[in-house]
Amino acid sequence: MPGEAVAIVGASGSGKSTLLALLAGLDTPTAGTVELDGANLFELDEDARAELRGRAVGFVFQSFQLLPSLTALENVMLPLELAGRDDADSAAREILARVGLAERLHHYPKHLSGGEQQRVALARAFVVRPKLLLADEPTGSLDAESGEAVIELLFQLNRESGTTLVLVTHDEHLASRCQRVVRLAAGKIVA
Amino acid sequence: MLARDWRGGELRVLAAALVVAVASITSVAFFADRVSRALVRDAHQLLGADLVLVSDHPWQREIGDEIARRGLERAEAVNFISMARAGEASTLAGVKAVTQNYPLRGKLRTAPAPNAPDEPAQRGPERGSVWLEERLVSALGAPVGASLKLGSAEFKVAAVLTLEPERGANFFNIAPRLFMHAADLPATGLVQTGSRVWFYLYAAGEPAAVTAFEGWARERLARGQRMDNLESGRPEVRASIERAQSFLGLTALLAAILAGVAIALGTRRFVERHLDGCAVMRCFGATQGRLLQLYGAEFLLLGAGACALGCALGFVAQGAIAAALGELLRASLPPPSPLPALQGFLVGVVLLLGFALPPLVQLKNVPAVRVIRREAGAPRTSTLAVYATGIAALSGLLIWQAGDAKLGLTVIGGFGAAVLVFAAVAWGALRLVSAAPVARRLGARSTALRYGLANLRRHARGNAVQVASLALGLTAVLLLTFTRNDLVDAWRRSAPPDAPNRFLLGVQPDQVAAVNRFFAERGIAAPELNPMVRGRLVAVNGKPVAEADFGEERAKRLVEREFNLSYTERAPAHNQVVAGSWFKPGARELSVEEGIAKTLGWKMGDELTFSVGAQRFGARITSLRKLRWDSMKINFFVIAPSALLADFPASFVSAFRADAQHEAALNELSKRFPNLTLVDVGAAVKQAQGIVDHVINAVQFVFLFALGAGLLVLYSALVATEDERRREAAVMRVFGASRRQVTGSQRAEFLAMGLVAGTLATLGAALIGQLLARQVFELDLPPSPELWIAGPVTGVLLLSLNAWLSARKVLSASPALTLRDSV
Repeated sequence: MPGEAVAIVGASGSGKSTLLALLAGLDTPTAGTVELDGANLFELDEDARAELRGRAVGFVFQSFQLLPSLTALENVMLPLELAGRDDADSAAREILARVGLAERLHHYPKHLSGGEQQRVALARAFVVRPKLLLADEPTGSLDAESGEAVIELLFQLNRESGTTLVLVTHDEHLASRCQRVVRLAAGKIVA
Repeated sequence: MLARDWRGGELRVLAAALVVAVASITSVAFFADRVSRALVRDAHQLLGADLVLVSDHPWQREIGDEIARRGLERAEAVNFISMARAGEASTLAGVKAVTQNYPLRGKLRTAPAPNAPDEPAQRGPERGSVWLEERLVSALGAPVGASLKLGSAEFKVAAVLTLEPERGANFFNIAPRLFMHAADLPATGLVQTGSRVWFYLYAAGEPAAVTAFEGWARERLARGQRMDNLESGRPEVRASIERAQSFLGLTALLAAILAGVAIALGTRRFVERHLDGCAVMRCFGATQGRLLQLYGAEFLLLGAGACALGCALGFVAQGAIAAALGELLRASLPPPSPLPALQGFLVGVVLLLGFALPPLVQLKNVPAVRVIRREAGAPRTSTLAVYATGIAALSGLLIWQAGDAKLGLTVIGGFGAAVLVFAAVAWGALRLVSAAPVARRLGARSTALRYGLANLRRHARGNAVQVASLALGLTAVLLLTFTRNDLVDAWRRSAPPDAPNRFLLGVQPDQVAAVNRFFAERGIAAPELNPMVRGRLVAVNGKPVAEADFGEERAKRLVEREFNLSYTERAPAHNQVVAGSWFKPGARELSVEEGIAKTLGWKMGDELTFSVGAQRFGARITSLRKLRWDSMKINFFVIAPSALLADFPASFVSAFRADAQHEAALNELSKRFPNLTLVDVGAAVKQAQGIVDHVINAVQFVFLFALGAGLLVLYSALVATEDERRREAAVMRVFGASRRQVTGSQRAEFLAMGLVAGTLATLGAALIGQLLARQVFELDLPPSPELWIAGPVTGVLLLSLNAWLSARKVLSASPALTLRDSV
């Protein structure tokens, strides 16, 4: 459902991240289909999937995946530039201010703390106003305090933009904040 | 750990770099070693031996015996001029009576008839027979099988002599050559007391024994006796060999420097991929010292293995080169000495310590906190300072290897300057390209292009390093292809195929006009006739000159003989004034060749006094000239203004080129002007050019290895950022980039980088080429339009190929996997 938050939980190796990659069309399945925004992902070719992702999907990774050679601002501008948006600069500045990094626009990732980097990653994920946001252990690399702040921000942005959130996590506390919890074991949904 | 890292794959690239580096260094060194040894040996062929002793009276028996006693080979010859007669015809012949084992180095070549294919002769003429030079065959009308008389003996013509190794040394032999057996000499009755006869003793063998004998014999030389070795005998041959060694030294230098760059790039990649592992080890309590020990030992082990393999490969490769080039080299190469292996090993160790250790040391500095924060402890951008020790050690090694400080420093200085300038210019140029109005206009139309160009600016520092490395590799490639060809062409032109092949001597002043007319009427380019006045040096700065004042044999000989002086108003085109300035007409000044000035201790401003017949004249040295001995043109040690010498008795000499169709005209010239001496130097020219070609072939092959090293640098520079680019492309794809956007942005970025790298490399190659041509090889190198087209185009093509390959890799891998790998 639009605006819903779903947690995928399970032990390591249970297939959480693989499921996430399949949902985004980053990997192709040996069997089965994924429907996203009315389209069967695996009937689309690679470029069409990329186009759909660019339009409808946001990503947050455990390891942030910021590009080290780009500043905070440029990292956030990346998806906008790829979509050919002319307002990339202003939109990116706006959302970075929203996540509290207005003063850190021209810093490179290596000069930002872990929490700040994940906030840049959140800004990058939400800047295109995606219909679906996929988050892979978004607090996995952060200390408790920064993790908490990032989660607050994540749910706040989720509410504001009406994005559907799919969250992969180990953290039961975090999972409990989602409307729905899917449990995986050995690649199968068990609950 | 070595085995584990090896399986991991990162070390393979590094080991390959080291193996290729050491292999190329050693194969170059092995091959260069063999070639230069062959060159020295072949040059000895021009002497006919390793050492030649010449005397105007028969040799003391003890000297000949000593040659044999020291285990050296010995041959003898007696030279004189005599009239040869066949039927009605008679002509002067330069007779050379030889023992059958002459020459000890090189081979005589003979043919069964004039213009028939020739082949090497295994021994000298049999008793009772003679070999005639082609000119003598036609002058006497005595083909193979005919009889001729020499003194009171009669001989059968057994072959046409086509090549005599030593002939070059005897340019001024007036008469065509006749070879006979030494044992037949007494029967001719030609060698009498008072005859003008030269007695030759030849020695050849192990270099040490030859040198020892040379020292022994030198003390026993009497008046009228001298000794020729390669050093004293043939200035033009020595010039060729020195140049060849410069070329080979340069090649080895380039291969080594390029290998260093490749290893530095390879190690950096290794370090980047090992940071996490080190952080984990630090976490588990490994000390900094322990880490350094661990990786140091791993690299040393790898280095030893790679160096050994490299040396072995180098040895095999040089054997293969020698085999492949056997025909081309036209000479068997002596086996290599073990020194190049040692040299290769040493260079390998220095490369590893100098270029791999500094980045490796960074591994020990990785903080354990990196386990949690990956950004912590990222390797610092390599600065020149990090590699200072390596660069210094390598420079020292290279200068030693080049055996020529000037050459070594020129190349190292050029390389160092190029690195700095390349990086700085690349940084500026990339930012400029990305900001250029054209780029902005294009970018407005295509996201991929805009993103690619924006990346140029964003990656400016990293890209500048990559462009600089690429430009370096490409500079080497261009230098070794285009510039090398230009250098070789320029070199070849300096001993051109239309070099003079005839000397004309003894033209009297009243014959000059007639001789010029004779040439003009027969369509042969009129030779430039240079006046020649023979004078003896009698005083320097008013102090009488005596032979005993000079220690050096060559100096004694020069002073003892009459000088060939010439006069002219303009400096000869093939001479270069290297000190002072050319005299003004009418001044009492002299221009002197710098080598003879050095030998005789003359300095600028010295007053030289010469006696010509009963008269004397004196003048000051106001310029020193450098001569091209290998130009085959007429050269004079001392030149004066016309006003000073024009009144002295002079004859005129010239060097000119005559082809086969002029042969009849030249015979006519001899008949019309019987007092003239016409010397055929064609054979000598051919021989000198043979050596030059031989050298060029060897050099070209050696260049292939340095070219390989250059390509290795290119490859290392390209893969250095591959990991980062793959990850970047994966992130782009996650955020919706299409294939076209990924490939397009990479292509735009790579194209601009290729253009900048190609242009920089072209500039670099052109500059270094000019520097080498002028400072080291003393050649004029015209600018090459091909280079200016090929350089930038190669840069663009190379990086386009890379962009294509890299995009293929990125697109074929699942972005999910790429991102997971990079965590």
